[in-house]
Amino acid sequence: MAEKHLGHIEPYSAQFGTMIPMGGQKFFRTCVLWQLVRFVAINIRMTILILKSHH
Amino acid sequence: MARLIIMGGGVSGHTAATFAKKYLGKKHEVIVVTPNSKWNWIPSNIWVGVGEMTSDEVTFPLAPVYKKAGIDYRQAKAVSIHPEGKSDSDDAYITIEYTSEDKAGESEELTYDYLINATGPKLNFGATPGLGEGTNLGNHTVSVCTADHATHANLELKSCIEKMKNGERQTFLIGTGHGMCTCQGAAFEYIFNIEKTLTDAGVRDMADIKWISNESFLGDFGMGGIHFSMGGYATSSKIFSESLYAERGLDWIIGAHVNKVEAGIAHYELLDGSMGSQEFDFAMLIPPFAGVGLKAYAKDGSDITDTIFAPNGFMKVDANYGAGAYENWSASDWPSTLQNPTYSNMFAVGIAFAPPHPISKPMTTPNGTMIVPTPPRTGMPSAMMGKAVTLSICDMILNGTTEPTHTANMSQMGAACVASAGKGLFTGTAAAMTVYPIVPDFEKYPGVGRDMNGTTGELGLAAHWVKHILHHIFIWKAKLKPGWTLIPE
Repeated sequence: MAEKHLGHIEPYSAQFGTMIPMGGQKFFRTCVLWQLVRFVAINIRMTILILKSHH
Repeated sequence: MARLIIMGGGVSGHTAATFAKKYLGKKHEVIVVTPNSKWNWIPSNIWVGVGEMTSDEVTFPLAPVYKKAGIDYRQAKAVSIHPEGKSDSDDAYITIEYTSEDKAGESEELTYDYLINATGPKLNFGATPGLGEGTNLGNHTVSVCTADHATHANLELKSCIEKMKNGERQTFLIGTGHGMCTCQGAAFEYIFNIEKTLTDAGVRDMADIKWISNESFLGDFGMGGIHFSMGGYATSSKIFSESLYAERGLDWIIGAHVNKVEAGIAHYELLDGSMGSQEFDFAMLIPPFAGVGLKAYAKDGSDITDTIFAPNGFMKVDANYGAGAYENWSASDWPSTLQNPTYSNMFAVGIAFAPPHPISKPMTTPNGTMIVPTPPRTGMPSAMMGKAVTLSICDMILNGTTEPTHTANMSQMGAACVASAGKGLFTGTAAAMTVYPIVPDFEKYPGVGRDMNGTTGELGLAAHWVKHILHHIFIWKAKLKPGWTLIPE
């Protein structure tokens, strides 16, 4: 089923030279349970960033 | 009693004014001079530009907020600075010209003890023939720089969608409208929202969507690119961005200086010196930014604008403006206190301060045209600068310190960026990026210039949720609602 994700890429076009996400990667991007975990992770990362940035 | 004047009521100016009033209390005066009657959460203009939000959802009137806070609000534009006073007075002052309906055109002089320049940019549409006249958007393209611009952009977008539904193929061109633009991130977010909107409308197959920008590679973002910690690799933002575009079938033109725009066609020069043209039915091209054109005068009335401002109109601060060529650049060139080197009671924050040089490597075409993204300094860093400068000034007023006590150096602070692709809570995916530091420090972080523990990027619904939350909490904070001081910049 990889064609579903890659079928629009033209050989030797600019798009041909980079990485293209396939089914598993796309699934996790919209998997609510996994994204809840990532939501917590992003918030922790951003909080640390803010704390490091104030002088 | 001391008087602090803040010129500008955007992200940095509003942050500075509200914290200044909180810390200085009623014993001291805080005056905000801004030509705008409304505050705008600019990141959400992207959603206005695709019809997911209205202008009223991303703006609110400033007057009631400042009245509640005890801040003296003047709806006016600052015209000139007189840091030495005038012949019969040593009191520093600025001249302002009112823009409010009741006082439009009236001028006034306001003396100050401390001055913060937070005027933001002049949207310099006039720099590219056909993009606009002066600060006014032209007829050939649209913009998402203001809420009103974004509302207009959405109307044009809806018109294109109707045409596509009637079988007419449309070409969309999104990016930067000049070789010296910044804010690639806004255009980056807009192109993905356009793509999502067209997909949801069922007309994606009738659209050709193309990116055009002054970046020498996709994912430069005006920060010389970023390496994200992803899956055990330090992954270049070039790969990250190209992947996003390729996944959605978007084409790109990079290293482009758009030098002329006509109805339905943009002309550009590329880094290799070649010239090209791109036809379009819908184009959103970010204009270059410049200083707002403030003048400065000495006590004897002589023009000292060149002493206080860089040639691009931004205010000089404690940066190293003599670094010279790219090879000599260092993170230490970037300002910390944001204090003007000539007049110590004057500071500049956000877009209004003059950066020492770009962050991205400057490049010149064989024809001599310089193409380089200028440094981004909006959003989170802008607010942090506003707060740091305010805290320094409060220390000077309340504790008698003679030197600034707080710093906000872009080579020592990070930034968080969330670029949405749609607005849905369960559909679409956004990119959440953190960068530390904003200006790469190749001495401290050899190789990629950034701390790989603090520089990350990922895609997913979670970032959409973060974007929604940021929209609401920052408008809450800007309205000074309960707990506003607890929300970080």
